[in-house]
Amino acid sequence: MSGNERFDCIVVGAGPAGTAAALTLARAGVKVVLFERGEFPGAKNVMGGVLYSKTLNKLVPGFWKEAPLERPVIEQNLWMLSSDSVAKVGYRSPRFVPGHAAEGGVPDEGPANAFTVLRAKFDRWFAQKAVDAGALLITETAVEDLLWENGKVVGVQTGRDDGKVYADAVIVTAGLHALNSLIPKMADGRLGIKPEHVALAVKQIIALPKEKIEDRFNLPAGMGATIELVGASTSGLTGISFIYTNADSISIGAGAMLSDYVKSGKHPYDVIEDFKAHPAIKPLIAGGEVKEYLGHLIPEGGYNAVPKLYGDGFMVAGDSAMLVNSVHREGSNLAMESGRLAAETFIKAKERKDYSARSFAAYRDALDKSFVLKDLRKYRGIQHYLDSHPQIFLSYPEMVSEAAFRFLNVDEAPKAEHEKMMVQAVTNRRSMMGLLSDLWAGWRATR
Amino acid sequence: MHSVVLIKQVPDTTEVRMDPKTGTLIRTGVPSIVNPYDVHALEEALALRDKYGGRVTVVTMGPPQAKEALRKCISFGADEAILLTDRAFAGSDTLSTSYILTQAVKKISEQHPVDLVLAGKQAIDGDTAQVGPGVATRLGFEQLTYVVKVEGVDLEKKEITVHRLLEEGREVIKTKLPALLTVVKEANSIRYGSLPHVMRAVRYDPPGWNQAFIGGDLTKMGLKGSPTNVKRIFPPPTRAPGEIIPGGKEDPAAAAALLVDKLTARGAVGGKGAAQ
Ligand SMILES: Cc1cc2nc3c(=O)[nH]c(=O)nc-3n(C[C@H](O)[C@H](O)[C@H](O)COP(=O)(O)OP(=O)(O)OC[C@H]3O[C@@H](n4cnc5c(N)ncnc54)[C@H](O)[C@@H]3O)c2cc1C
Repeated sequence: MSGNERFDCIVVGAGPAGTAAALTLARAGVKVVLFERGEFPGAKNVMGGVLYSKTLNKLVPGFWKEAPLERPVIEQNLWMLSSDSVAKVGYRSPRFVPGHAAEGGVPDEGPANAFTVLRAKFDRWFAQKAVDAGALLITETAVEDLLWENGKVVGVQTGRDDGKVYADAVIVTAGLHALNSLIPKMADGRLGIKPEHVALAVKQIIALPKEKIEDRFNLPAGMGATIELVGASTSGLTGISFIYTNADSISIGAGAMLSDYVKSGKHPYDVIEDFKAHPAIKPLIAGGEVKEYLGHLIPEGGYNAVPKLYGDGFMVAGDSAMLVNSVHREGSNLAMESGRLAAETFIKAKERKDYSARSFAAYRDALDKSFVLKDLRKYRGIQHYLDSHPQIFLSYPEMVSEAAFRFLNVDEAPKAEHEKMMVQAVTNRRSMMGLLSDLWAGWRATR
Repeated sequence: MHSVVLIKQVPDTTEVRMDPKTGTLIRTGVPSIVNPYDVHALEEALALRDKYGGRVTVVTMGPPQAKEALRKCISFGADEAILLTDRAFAGSDTLSTSYILTQAVKKISEQHPVDLVLAGKQAIDGDTAQVGPGVATRLGFEQLTYVVKVEGVDLEKKEITVHRLLEEGREVIKTKLPALLTVVKEANSIRYGSLPHVMRAVRYDPPGWNQAFIGGDLTKMGLKGSPTNVKRIFPPPTRAPGEIIPGGKEDPAAAAALLVDKLTARGAVGGKGAAQ
């Protein structure tokens, strides 16, 4: 049977990208259906996660007064772990949390620059906004394939009986997983997931009482902090770990390149357990109960791995399009922005009744002009840089630790001696020329 | 063939915890589901419709949130799903609930005569298994509990043949329609609703029937019509662990002898007529 209702536009996947697209479309009066394979939006979503306000506030002005958010982020830290020690840098400022600094309640002023969130709650709330605007959300229904006619996408095949649905165009926002299933069929060879383009992240949510969290992280009531960690936090794999404070739990996780996992044969479970057992980390989570354990892939291929973003009858946004800025751990905001821009492109195309690749090329232009591709372009060299400079992740933290120890250790040796030892601690591991060349290459990679 | 399925929205007990002090369930923040046995009753009704034609109507009594459970039933393919909701129904025990549901089935019958009523074996939040039989009695329908299979329906003779799952085995039994069945989980596996049904469900707004609409005696409804008094709720006492006789590997003969001694002492084996 092909008697199913026809739609103007089909959106595949109700994550930040898909919901942003469906919301934008529905508000413009476009007849849109949003398919989600999970039991509800967010049911299967894994994110650290820090949510940046600016992009969301464009879509739902004043969102922070009603969205299920955990804590406004007042402080961000970078920790470098050596095997038994830690060097810390951090920045705390009330400027990150306007209005919130005055304790209690939800401020009218704002929003804070970023909030910690739990995606299972947040995605559900966000998708409801699209439903309220008129989008038809169909959950527990996976899109298994795109329907093609004469080289053009004309609809989707879902996993249910009588499961075909037709529309003028399809926006694919099914996360990274779509790169292996849906997208190869729509594109030009250089696709499919490559292990060197994805990180495998594992994450746990650990329950702890509010007061304990605020004590241990030295936080004003209701405020949150983030810690990103490099060095011994990923058991020798190239990667980054994180700790974020939620209202009454902590998100803790470690992400490392899939290719490194493959090479080392290490198990993600052991990596996160080792990380949790580190003497600098253990006291932060002591006594907490692990509530959830989740694993997920993060696209880290950067600018060079961005696939074809549109074609006849389709556009791709969010993780499905590899739009993740791994340097700044931004993904959800790029997803929302790209979803919104794809929707706006569709709305203009609808006026012309032209859903061809030529018409959708405007989506690529809009992304080029937005922070999404501007930022990814800036860091286009970073992946290669990190691959060829593993010392950034591995020996530098040890080096910093050694240098700090020699500088700060009080042992009656003359201070001039200390300084010399400190320099030695560094140059023992990497020559002066090596250091300079690392810095130079790093600077180049981010130009 | 018109089947009416009685369903209940219950807290997902896989996610419910017990308050150790009061012994009551902590329901806040727990997701609601359709009582799992009821879903099998619905599946049985849908399978009968697939085979013999007709329609399937679902009914629940509950607060407006129970509409979600009714939508779920529509997504499996039910034709209609009705919400019985009224202040007058609040606080009903099983006696009063079965009275109200009976009124509703009678009302449904005015439009489409009802051949069969189905319900789950019991609800997982109360475990009484009283509502189905209560409705059957009031309607004057034959009642068949613990149904594990519907063998077939003879539409001419107006007869239904079912298998009942009993402790000592299965009973195959035939009875006249209209009848009421309560269904066990082993009866079937639940279908994955088709896309048209799922899309209909999302937009479906279940009709709400109130007391005035279904009529009946107000004194038999809600708190007034509910003589049941809950005195205390407590978890069943934990059973003492069984005794393990050690040494079976090293000296099986001694362990076996010890076992026989213990069993004989309890009178479980041996005794008067047993050979020594
Ligand atoms: C551990 C971890 C930590 C992260 N931390 C941060 C952070 O702190 N800040 C940040 O901004 N970003 C972070 N990210 C990245 C961020 O999570 C993603 O970039 C973002 O979720 C992308 O949104 P999306 O909508 O494109 O995809 P997703 O969020 O993956 O959503 C895709 C949706 O599509 C559904 N779906 C998939 N396939 C199908 C199908 N075939 N049919 C129907 N539905 C389908 C999925 O169920 C899902 O709901 C993190 C990621 C991970 C894994």
